[in-house]
Amino acid sequence: MTTEKSGADILIETLSDLGVEVVFGYPGGAVLPIYDAIFKQDRIKHILVRHEQAATHAAEGYARATGKPGVVLVTSGPGATNAVTGITDALMDSIPMVVITGQVPTALIGTDAFQEADTVGITRHCSKHNYLVKDPARLEPTIREAFYIATSGRPGPVVIDIPKDVQVATARRGENAPISHKTYRPQTEPDMVSIEKAVDMLAAAERPIFYTGGGIINSGPEASRLLRQLADVTGAPVTSTLMGLGAFPASDDKWLGMLGMHGTYEANLAMNQADLIIALGARFDDRVTGRLDAFAPNSAKIHVDIDRSSINKNVRVDLPIVADVGSAMRAMLDTWHLRKHPKPDLSEWWSRIHGWRQVGCLEFQESDPQVIMPQRAIRALWEATKDQAPIITTEVGQHQMWAAQHFHFDDPNKWLTSGGLGTMGYGLPAAIGAQLGNPDRLVIDIAGEASIQMNIQELATATQYRLPVKIFILNNEYMGMVRQWQELTYQSRYSESYSDALPDFVRLAEAYGWKGIRIETRDQLDAGIAEMLAYDGPVVVDCRVAKLANCFPMIPSGAAHTEMLLQSAEVSGEMDDEAKALV
Amino acid sequence: MKPRHWSEPMHIKEEAVERHTLAVIVDNEPGILARIAGLFTARGYNISSLTVSEITDDDLISRITIVTHASAPVMEQIIAQLERLVPVHKVTDLTAFGQHVERELALVKVAGTGEHRIEALRLAEVYRARVVDATTSSFVFEVTGGTEKIDKFVELMRDLGLVEIARTGIVAIARGAEAA
Repeated sequence: MTTEKSGADILIETLSDLGVEVVFGYPGGAVLPIYDAIFKQDRIKHILVRHEQAATHAAEGYARATGKPGVVLVTSGPGATNAVTGITDALMDSIPMVVITGQVPTALIGTDAFQEADTVGITRHCSKHNYLVKDPARLEPTIREAFYIATSGRPGPVVIDIPKDVQVATARRGENAPISHKTYRPQTEPDMVSIEKAVDMLAAAERPIFYTGGGIINSGPEASRLLRQLADVTGAPVTSTLMGLGAFPASDDKWLGMLGMHGTYEANLAMNQADLIIALGARFDDRVTGRLDAFAPNSAKIHVDIDRSSINKNVRVDLPIVADVGSAMRAMLDTWHLRKHPKPDLSEWWSRIHGWRQVGCLEFQESDPQVIMPQRAIRALWEATKDQAPIITTEVGQHQMWAAQHFHFDDPNKWLTSGGLGTMGYGLPAAIGAQLGNPDRLVIDIAGEASIQMNIQELATATQYRLPVKIFILNNEYMGMVRQWQELTYQSRYSESYSDALPDFVRLAEAYGWKGIRIETRDQLDAGIAEMLAYDGPVVVDCRVAKLANCFPMIPSGAAHTEMLLQSAEVSGEMDDEAKALV
Repeated sequence: MKPRHWSEPMHIKEEAVERHTLAVIVDNEPGILARIAGLFTARGYNISSLTVSEITDDDLISRITIVTHASAPVMEQIIAQLERLVPVHKVTDLTAFGQHVERELALVKVAGTGEHRIEALRLAEVYRARVVDATTSSFVFEVTGGTEKIDKFVELMRDLGLVEIARTGIVAIARGAEAA
């Protein structure tokens, strides 16, 4: 009996043994034994959020900024269902996360008990894997297996549902079980024949382009270094998805900017005109491809992805390589050097790209000298902070796209955004998670006035843990992206997209113990940002921007890369039903 | 971009599909069937038939046979998505593999007297259906075979007093000495 421990103690000890330092959570009836175990130890720091959804986004932000898995602890029923959005978000964006949910005691499962929800049923298809643990002796091996699954292959969220009686019952702790799974072995090393073929294609290409994604960030910092080397030896241009920003330095002259729906003219035209696309840890998402039958029609395509199901899902490719993108790039570089390939002459390709760059697709009109254009605000924020290499999180909408276009990143793990699921309310909790993982770094949530209200309660979390997070709200009094689509698609019938009854964000900030700053005119912009940066604590900036600005360039849903809109003047009227049906 | 004004209302288009039989080897753990069935629903794939049973002495491994209809690219996705599930060991497309045997078993209850009863028994013999239960006014036949054969037998019994049927769905295995 002496060596037996409660399930709750086994859980906390195992988490600690696995190197977990921070858990984001919220207590409740079905996790009281675990919270008691947390109370009696000091190895794991528990961060009390104000809503379980925020716990999941904070864990995502922590994971994205540190490369370590994020850990969440919530109670049964509403605790678990509130976590579902963040679990789904982590699945879509391949974020390693382990979510511990309390459950009603085993004997009550299925009886519609108080705060009972079928958590494994609900999360089965929005998690990478999930478990219901019915025996405390199974807890430790399950937790170890969960961490292995969450972090290996294509990362993702794993849910462990633990009934309350299993938290109380005792069991012997096993020998340090391996962190593995008996059969799950994702392929990480590339097939060398394919690598050699890829290098041949790359050496022979006249118009190659690297199309990179979040997989490079997930692979680790080494993958970002290898991407730089690969771009250097081949001289090929690099574009990236929203999730991959920072993997390649924006200050490099081979950087074309983001591609896709709100990508740059040069990136999308280069994708359209390329004769070889090398997709690295990206998944040909519909935001990237636009109309599929017009997507990069004359190119051969190499697709490196750790998830075989990403390959040929949306776009047929010529050479699939299932592997960790870092391992594949290292193999490509080794092969390139072994064959002593000279740097290809891509001068003609580059001269065409320079032509597209001349369009200046990210330029914008500033007709009123006092009105702040949102693009101007982002650029000013970038200019003022770039030397500190800040971590930027965002909410979802126009501000997110403007940040992706006008804030530039030179390093990975600095850009945290909800890409696949597009979850409003992601940015503030993600910033909290990122700040906890990087206590000395500047962390800014670039937000919209609508999105920020979706998890505004987390202001208190930052206050409690004295986290100097900054929130920079681009306040245009509209759910801007919804309004923009309504302007483009529904003849400006702005149905329910006006942000009415807005709070006074400055006083709201102050009510939570934050500093609040309002910026209303362009001449206040730099000073306001400086004041925000000078303050040694959390700050909300309510930056009032032009209300009806649209985010361009834009490829409308269902359009080809060549049908990009650069100006509002090109937009008019009402779209047909086929276009209206697209997301 | 020019504004587009198409008068045509939008319609949902259907794609041409082919029938495939899959053998899926999985860890026999709670929820595995829900995981697989849910994957098909969530991604809009179709299931015509699904059977499952343990296949090892220790009951740790199950074999699931799925009959689905899909276009070739969707079929490739179905297999990749199934293989992505953590408890799935192996997926074999028996239709793409080539020669394989597909069988199902049906229990068919027929009630009747006189000529109908005699005719039912006679047809059962033709279809090599065994009588597994009999009363003076009914039979339960056990018939195995390919789907078409069973469909045909059930069709014939319809006129001879068919009461109810229970079918297993398809199980399948590759021909030849090797495992597929």
